[in-house]
Amino acid sequence: MRLLDLNNAKPRQLTKARDLQIEAQLFSRRAIIALILVLGALLALLGRLAYLQVINYAHFATLSENNRVKLQPLPPSRGLIFDRNGVLLADNLPSYRLEIIPEQVTAIDATLARLQEFIEISDLDIERFHRLRRRNPSYSGIPLRFRLRANEVARLAVNLHHFPGVDIKADLNRHYPLGAHAVHVVGYVGRIDEEELQRIDTSQYSGSTHIGKIGVERSYEEVLHGRVGYQHVETNAQGRVLRVLKRTPPVPGKHIYLTIDSRLQAIAERALEGYNGAIVALDPRNGEVLALVSQPVYDPNPFVNGIDVASYQALNSSLDRPLFNRALRGVYPPGSTIKPLIGLAGLEYGVTSRTRSVYCPGFYQLPGHKHRFRDWKRGGHGRTPLDKAIVESCDVYFYDLAAKLGIERLHDYLDQFSLGRPTGIDLVGEKAGLLPSPQWKRATHNQPWYPGETLIAGIGQGYMLATPLQLAHSTATLAQNGQHFQPRLLYATQEQGSQDKQWEPPRPLPAIPVKDQGNWEHIVASMTRVIHGVGGTARRIGQGSSYTMAGKTGTAQVFSLRQDQKYDAKQLDKRLHDHALFVAFAPADAPRIAIAVIAEHGGGGSTTAAPIARQVLDAYLLDAP
Amino acid sequence: MKLNLTADINSLDWKGRNRRRLLRRLNLDIPLLLGLLAIALLGLVILYSAGRQDLDLLLRQGIRLGLGFLVMLVLAQVPPNYLRLWTPWIFLGGVLLLVAVLVAGEIGKGAQRWLDLGVVRFQPSELMKIAVPMMMAWYFTSRPLPPQLGDLVIGALITLIPFLLIVKQPDLGTALLVACSGIFALFLAGLSWKIILGLGGMTVIIAPLFWTLGMHDYQRQRVLTFLDPETDPLGAGYHIIQSKIAIGSGGFYGKGWLNGTQSQLEFLPESATDFIFAVFAEEFGLIGLCLLLTLYFFLIARSLYIATQASDVYTRLLAGSLALIFFVYVFVNTGMVSGLLPVVGLPLPLISYGGTSLITIMAGFGILMSVYSHRRPGFR
Repeated sequence: MRLLDLNNAKPRQLTKARDLQIEAQLFSRRAIIALILVLGALLALLGRLAYLQVINYAHFATLSENNRVKLQPLPPSRGLIFDRNGVLLADNLPSYRLEIIPEQVTAIDATLARLQEFIEISDLDIERFHRLRRRNPSYSGIPLRFRLRANEVARLAVNLHHFPGVDIKADLNRHYPLGAHAVHVVGYVGRIDEEELQRIDTSQYSGSTHIGKIGVERSYEEVLHGRVGYQHVETNAQGRVLRVLKRTPPVPGKHIYLTIDSRLQAIAERALEGYNGAIVALDPRNGEVLALVSQPVYDPNPFVNGIDVASYQALNSSLDRPLFNRALRGVYPPGSTIKPLIGLAGLEYGVTSRTRSVYCPGFYQLPGHKHRFRDWKRGGHGRTPLDKAIVESCDVYFYDLAAKLGIERLHDYLDQFSLGRPTGIDLVGEKAGLLPSPQWKRATHNQPWYPGETLIAGIGQGYMLATPLQLAHSTATLAQNGQHFQPRLLYATQEQGSQDKQWEPPRPLPAIPVKDQGNWEHIVASMTRVIHGVGGTARRIGQGSSYTMAGKTGTAQVFSLRQDQKYDAKQLDKRLHDHALFVAFAPADAPRIAIAVIAEHGGGGSTTAAPIARQVLDAYLLDAP
Repeated sequence: MKLNLTADINSLDWKGRNRRRLLRRLNLDIPLLLGLLAIALLGLVILYSAGRQDLDLLLRQGIRLGLGFLVMLVLAQVPPNYLRLWTPWIFLGGVLLLVAVLVAGEIGKGAQRWLDLGVVRFQPSELMKIAVPMMMAWYFTSRPLPPQLGDLVIGALITLIPFLLIVKQPDLGTALLVACSGIFALFLAGLSWKIILGLGGMTVIIAPLFWTLGMHDYQRQRVLTFLDPETDPLGAGYHIIQSKIAIGSGGFYGKGWLNGTQSQLEFLPESATDFIFAVFAEEFGLIGLCLLLTLYFFLIARSLYIATQASDVYTRLLAGSLALIFFVYVFVNTGMVSGLLPVVGLPLPLISYGGTSLITIMAGFGILMSVYSHRRPGFR
């Protein structure tokens, strides 16, 4: 055909043919140039590939590996908390939640509607579900309902096959089976908050949602928490786990056994019922805390997954302050309970003697002063030696003694009993109380110390403040002739899955030097007569007791009276009533328990606080299981 | 269609001992055929991996390849003269179809590339990849070469009309190929260097002016993201970042067949289609890439050789343009996947999963084979 065309164009054939020749050559030259350009471009491409694959290999290999392998934390299971006899105080309970995997559900709204036939789903639940759904990949389970009740789980479980993509998931949730029991000891866990994130090693908490907030849960957080484990998992681009490459199992937290005797704790709680206040019972031989009560109490369980605002407000704004741990944070004037220690200080410093008497006319006046420091007994106690001063709680004797001791010596002696400084109990937030001294007053009030202030310090009033724990601790110290131990709640730890317990040793404090053993015995004997003696302020609780107790009552003024006023409970608001205090240890000859009781606005120590203490002592010493 | 096969069927030596002879009789070029088969085979091997061992996927691609080779075989039988005679009609028909697609798109309110013919869906822009170089070659057959300025205007029209219609679809990748095919035809026709340099110079001057005066801010931003997708790591940049990781982590020897984590674990998007080159790079490393690029280069070189052996202007220009379009295909895809060029949706020829462009490419090779087997030896 082409030939035919050429024949038709005969006249131009020759020139055309030559042109064609030239055109062909031109084309070939261009084709070669094109081929060179192609080769150049491909070589440049190869250079680029070599740059990526050889020069930057390590960089991209790392990126690829990071793409592929993800580190997943494996949170450890939290250790449980028991009392000293193995009564469970803090448990991990499986908690059930309902999850929906959106990509497996065709009609979400219809599914939600049908689920409502089986369980209760609030509008808030649905709102949260949709919010979470937008933020998470559609193959991951989105929670719809938390804390399903047992009957809801049961009803759903049988019908679950009607709901593809709907699942019931279980995880472990902290639960306090005894509720408010010992709540001020055990404390509670809650969701980790912003401030805690700053404090904790976040890697240890990756995968954990809860942390000890208060109580033993907080102070032994590290023991209970355990160590986080990790697994290297291969994931695809959507984050779905394909397989586990390497696994470092978590180390579960240790179980904790508390020194608390749950039975005694319950009895103490019941004994104090009706009062705001605190009871601390220690074993003077080793510092073990046998019971630690602060009343009122609250249920820690709602705190675990976030308490609702209204309930929290109710707890927080209550005038009774249930969240406040009075046993170690409540500071009270020790009142007369301090008298045995003042007496001991007088004996040990040689300022007074076991036989020296002071005449008590019902008041005390500093030489050259008009002010009368009144005795609680209007008519006075008459001639009063030290033992009678303790038994009848004579104020005048101790005004006199305090004046003779001076505030410096008084301070230094009481300081050895951990008054005015934390006892070091293994709970967070213990208050130091206040043991006043001229230096302290100068530093905080920029005022000189007045002699009258020494007198009222002598009867445990004025600036002096102590926590119930400090009172129990100082009483235990007295019971042990100056041998004392840091109060301690940790009894033993136990690895999960093991039967062996690691016993916690006592934590001795430097013993208080004893000048004369007889001085200590004299004070203890006087305290025994407080309960068992004629005229003892707490003689009523000594009746019918099969063991001997040594104790001291106290009444702390909340409301100070003018010189000429008479205390009349009936006329005063309940909140202005005196605090009733009582400290004791028993058996007096071989002490096994030391106790401090404070009943706020309870009136007198002898009428209110002492009988409460007797119930606890009886329970501990007589009803041993 | 009247095929040479039917004309020569009686003279075929059916008992021929030599397969080579048979292939010759079928107007097939053995080097091209071997090169195509090699690449197609490599393509199936890597597709098996990129498609996560989906045999159905592999089968469908196998069928497409078979169809492609059939189209090639058929077109190899069509003498170039017939093609030349039909060229204006093919071109005109193609342009009309492009208009039809646009109109259908307007009505359907959305981007439209397909023309649904009931049984099959047809993409007219694919046709233009061949129709434009055909038209250019056809035009220059009746013109003295090298082309003059007037020819340039006609050539520009032949290229720009389909180019703009395809850009409007919008299908930038195909439009780019169509534009390239026109430019290559002009270049191969012998457009003088003065004009080439002049046009280049004009572009250098106009482009910045257009940039500063002729564009809105958002348009500029769009162009910038297009040129440097990594500034948008969650959008357009994600593909490129993952693709570079796939290539780079392949290293010199590759991670091995089926062991490419980037592709197997779905970090690499479009791993079976536009980004299959990255899968190849990840699993077979630089060594595998050298082999693949060599094969591609061989196909291009052989095609250009065929063009130089062609016996007239039409076949020469057409064959040369087809060879260079094939190169652009390879280069744009590999350049895009390796982060050298902006992201333009073009498949890797003969390897990417997908049918339409495969058929076009095989049609191009069919034409090349026809050009070679229907040349008149001794003409030169």
